[in-house]
Amino acid sequence: MSDDKIRVLVAKPGLDGHDRGAKVVSRALRDAGFEVIYTGLHQSAEQIVETAIQEDVDHIGLSILSGAHMTLVPRVVDLLRENKAEDISLSIGGIIPDEDKEALNKIGIDGVFGPGTDTKDIIAFIKKKVGK
Amino acid sequence: MNIEELYKGILEGNRRALAKSISAIEDQHPKCEELMSRVYKHTGRAHIIGVTGPPGAGKSTLVDKMAKEFRDRGRTIGIVAVDPTSPFTGGAILGDRIRMSGLSTDKHIFIRSMGTRGHLGGLARATSDVIRLMDAFGKDVVIVETVGAGQSEVDIVENAHTTVVVEMPGLGDDIQAIKAGLFEIANIFVINKSDMEGCDRSVREIQIMLEMSPKSPDEWEVPVLKASARDNTGIKELTDTIDRHYEYLKQNNLLEELKYKSLKYNFQEILKEKLMDFSFDESRKEDQNILKSLKSGKIDPYTAAENVISRFKVEKK
Ligand SMILES: Nc1nc2c(ncn2[C@@H]2O[C@H](COP(=O)(O)OP(=O)(O)O)[C@@H](O)[C@H]2O)c(=O)[nH]1
Ligand SMILES: [Mg+2]
Repeated sequence: MSDDKIRVLVAKPGLDGHDRGAKVVSRALRDAGFEVIYTGLHQSAEQIVETAIQEDVDHIGLSILSGAHMTLVPRVVDLLRENKAEDISLSIGGIIPDEDKEALNKIGIDGVFGPGTDTKDIIAFIKKKVGK
Repeated sequence: MNIEELYKGILEGNRRALAKSISAIEDQHPKCEELMSRVYKHTGRAHIIGVTGPPGAGKSTLVDKMAKEFRDRGRTIGIVAVDPTSPFTGGAILGDRIRMSGLSTDKHIFIRSMGTRGHLGGLARATSDVIRLMDAFGKDVVIVETVGAGQSEVDIVENAHTTVVVEMPGLGDDIQAIKAGLFEIANIFVINKSDMEGCDRSVREIQIMLEMSPKSPDEWEVPVLKASARDNTGIKELTDTIDRHYEYLKQNNLLEELKYKSLKYNFQEILKEKLMDFSFDESRKEDQNILKSLKSGKIDPYTAAENVISRFKVEKK
């Protein structure tokens, strides 16, 4: 009778840009039966992690547009660890140069999705990570 | 899932424990019954405020501003924001937090977004359990935002002590379309977006509707307020009025009555579900036979139910 739903936080840090990509992904995740907590633009690492904890999400999808946000990702990872919430997995979407991708891999993030990724791949990735 | 840990965590104010407990309720985890029955004795302190109204009226924005005002008054806050689940995919986009992003790092505010899902035991009961968890966690005020569109949303406010119905200007002829049910549950009306044209007209229209709708026997006159969540005007008046309504309930012994009503409602809902599970099970041969007879037209639904119940009736000697 229990009904375990996958819950995903979609957040867009930073001050620039639009959230079109994040919205497309959010809708695809909803259509795959996920519950998507959508927070909109301008999220700080602290806001993202606190929201993830309150909402008890299984996964956080960060939509990133510029390299300036690269400092934020390690901060999110650190904050998750500080809050003993490292079981929440992460993926990054956006235009990520190869050297940044390597840096992300080093801190344990293997879900990096560039523009034009089929949303099916993102869904499959989250399902596998969460394992529900 | 470790019930003992979650239970202790809630009483100690551990946010992760609260979050995990809410998920257990939402996922209808079999063990959450035990958790809830232990949590119950720590509830009853919070002022529960329902905020409902049509989509786009500005409920979330208003809840954001109300929460800030209550924080200035030194109160801790829980917010439950309910949005519809897609009946086709079972998924949902829960976007109420977009309007509340300033609240997310205040350690004295806990916000939870909920999809309506296809809750077997009723959405109202799941929401009620989540409210009670926040109450036991120690929140002074619990605000529940729901879209005032259907019966299940109206049921949710059964759990609220004070119900605020939010509307916006420009309703025009649509005023008739406001669910009659909303007039019966409203303790306070707010016309939000008072920065837009037509606000006074909406106030008058709602006042006329209120005069025509059946009065409850108590003395509370339902006020029709104006606010602009965007410009942060009318928020103090709204929170003052909410506080005044709570005082009114307490002074007239109505709060105890409301609490009893909600306990009774929850008891009956739980009993219904338990009786159903206990008495009828589609995996049993005899229950399959009842369904077969129903399908073939051999018996009608009344007889089918009577057949099930007759098994449990003690024969009189
Ligand atoms: N002009 C104006 N717009 C507002 C006001 N409050 C909210 N809004 C806008 O109305 C839209 C819906 O608001 P939201 O709080 O999400 O409404 P909800 O669906 O009732 O929760 C958003 O674009 C808000 O920015 C207000 O007081 N004035
Ligand atoms: Mg809303």
